[in-house]
Amino acid sequence: MTANTEIFQLLPHLVIGVGIVLSVVIEISTKKSESILPWFTILIFVFAGAHSIINVYDYQILFGGMYAIGGVTAIFNFIFTIGAAIMVLNAVDYIKKSKMNFGEFYILVQSSVLGMMLMAGARDLFMIFIGLELMSICFYVLAGINRSRMGNTEAALKYFLLGAFATGFIVFGIALIYGTAKSTSIDQIVFAYEYFITDVLFLTGLALFVIGFLFKIAAFPFHMWVPDVYQGAATPVTGLMSTTGKAAAFSVLIIILSAVFTQNITNNFEILFAVIATLSMLYGSIVAIAQDNLKRMLAYSSIAHAGYMTIGLAAGNIESVSGIIFYLTAYAFMNLGAFGVIALIEGSNEENLDINSYSGLNSKSPILAGFMALFMFALAGIPPMAGFFGKYYVFVASIKADLTWLAIVGVFSSAISVYFYLRVVVYMYFKDSTSSIIIKNSFTGLLAVIISGLLVLVFGILPDTLFSIITSVLSY
Amino acid sequence: MNTIPMEYYLLISAFMFSVGVTGVLIRRNAIVVFMCIELMLNSANLALVTFSSFLGDPAGQVFVFFVMTVAAAEAAVGLAIIIAIFRNKLTVNIDEINIFKW
Amino acid sequence: MIEQYLPIILVLVVAAVFAAAIVFSSRLFGPQQPSKIKIMPYESGKDPVGSTHERVSIKYYIVAMMFIIFDIEVIYLYPWGVEFRNLYNEYGFFAFWPMLVFLIVLELGFLYIYKKGALKWD
Repeated sequence: MTANTEIFQLLPHLVIGVGIVLSVVIEISTKKSESILPWFTILIFVFAGAHSIINVYDYQILFGGMYAIGGVTAIFNFIFTIGAAIMVLNAVDYIKKSKMNFGEFYILVQSSVLGMMLMAGARDLFMIFIGLELMSICFYVLAGINRSRMGNTEAALKYFLLGAFATGFIVFGIALIYGTAKSTSIDQIVFAYEYFITDVLFLTGLALFVIGFLFKIAAFPFHMWVPDVYQGAATPVTGLMSTTGKAAAFSVLIIILSAVFTQNITNNFEILFAVIATLSMLYGSIVAIAQDNLKRMLAYSSIAHAGYMTIGLAAGNIESVSGIIFYLTAYAFMNLGAFGVIALIEGSNEENLDINSYSGLNSKSPILAGFMALFMFALAGIPPMAGFFGKYYVFVASIKADLTWLAIVGVFSSAISVYFYLRVVVYMYFKDSTSSIIIKNSFTGLLAVIISGLLVLVFGILPDTLFSIITSVLSY
Repeated sequence: MNTIPMEYYLLISAFMFSVGVTGVLIRRNAIVVFMCIELMLNSANLALVTFSSFLGDPAGQVFVFFVMTVAAAEAAVGLAIIIAIFRNKLTVNIDEINIFKW
Repeated sequence: MIEQYLPIILVLVVAAVFAAAIVFSSRLFGPQQPSKIKIMPYESGKDPVGSTHERVSIKYYIVAMMFIIFDIEVIYLYPWGVEFRNLYNEYGFFAFWPMLVFLIVLELGFLYIYKKGALKWD
């Protein structure tokens, strides 16, 4: 196969890439771009997601080992595209409400999703870097898209400075890996991992690379940007950053460490990941208790969830990989749903984010209260929601890897987290309404919440549908 | 002609990287912090070119092009964000940018 | 190895000492009668107008940002242009189309900033 025809194997990427160019043309040629672009964006996302999941068993390596399609990549592409489609559906009315109706919003979302897809498919360190930067730079701009609002620009600055800092680590790590492994192909690095890992320079490079990505997934010692950025950015953008952005960073961590997962060799990073997982879970869960702002609370809970997923990296076996991927899928939809409800209740100038605004929500809008309760139960990991099985698979994998203490810490931290998740439910159902908030009707926003709610329920009641796909594609 | 050994280049690169990291951690002006981040990227570029030259493999030098492009894109976005902040707040000192706890 | 560089270091030290001696000796021995005209900043013979700490218009930064982006494209064009003859012999026109696509996308970006009025200077 020549490079001429090989490019057409990347149909989802091509569709989104051409979609970005077309969106720019639409944006500069008509005044009504705000009413066309959201639907156009959702259309190409749904097409790309459907194409990926249909071709999930069609695993191929393209461009001389540079890029992979199908398999795990397809599942990640599904998370990115469908997650972003739900977020766009939710954002249509939100950005009208807060008067930041730029067509660029949708173009940036498309570009960031293309970047994530490049990250998940890349089998070369250079390719990973390009995908990562495409995603990150779009996120920096998205975080500050409402430039007249101080909180927004502040979030963008903090995200930008710390994100670029992490990029510096990643590039230096790539340089050291390239110098010692004499190649950037991940296949070669994984193939001779056991030989390379004795080299101090390689180990340093890999450690810098991993630390850079721990910044991106918001694990404990590298979490300081998370609460401010998640609180300051526009609510749908926060939803996108916390779910798909995290999934993209995990896809790279899984690929780069796949030597540990597939071959039977010692995991040099086991202690590091175990410590980071413990600290992230406990810190996120405990600090979240003190938060009254719902977005800030979900930001700390996001740190805790990064901790649960890091357990899987510490366990380092094939079950833990499928556990992480299932967890990421479940987390994507429950968190997008929770942020969707928040976006609907939020006022036009970032008010009503306080937990008191949710008191007596059940009497005002039973549908929203019901779905919010669903997402809170799911995030807390109460069966039969999808969140429970995500934690379950990861904990089982860690017990298999003789890390029972880590699973116990995880269960303990989940028990703490139940308190602040259920607090929201208690406010919604058992408190009288103290605030006079008006919930603007938004059909598309409600639709986004309903779709993510249904996905959370489906993955919770029938976890085997997704889990069997993941385990079967992992055998490649 | 005797060439300079590879370790010297790597030491310079590691030194530049440390200067960049230290600068990010201790400086308070957003633009200076950003310049330190650029210094980190450039130290990585130096390491890449060194390895590329000593391995006789051009891939590293090609990657430097991409890192430079990304650094330019980051610079443009970063300056735009800093200008947006300056319009709102009339300062670029990180300690004064604190609606949220930093 | 270090002995080879010794003469250079010696020259540097002598140069630094000599320069410092010249500068400070005029300060030490010369008569000093400052007047307003003498301490005025040197602007090629003209009287200076206003403070040097003047703020530059924010439009200047926008143009500077555009410059960074469109300037960097050349690092892709240059190696491609130098190697084009070899690439053409090996791949035919497949060596040409990707660069055309790249340039079209780039010009689309230029059209975008033009339409959005980022290049208007007033």
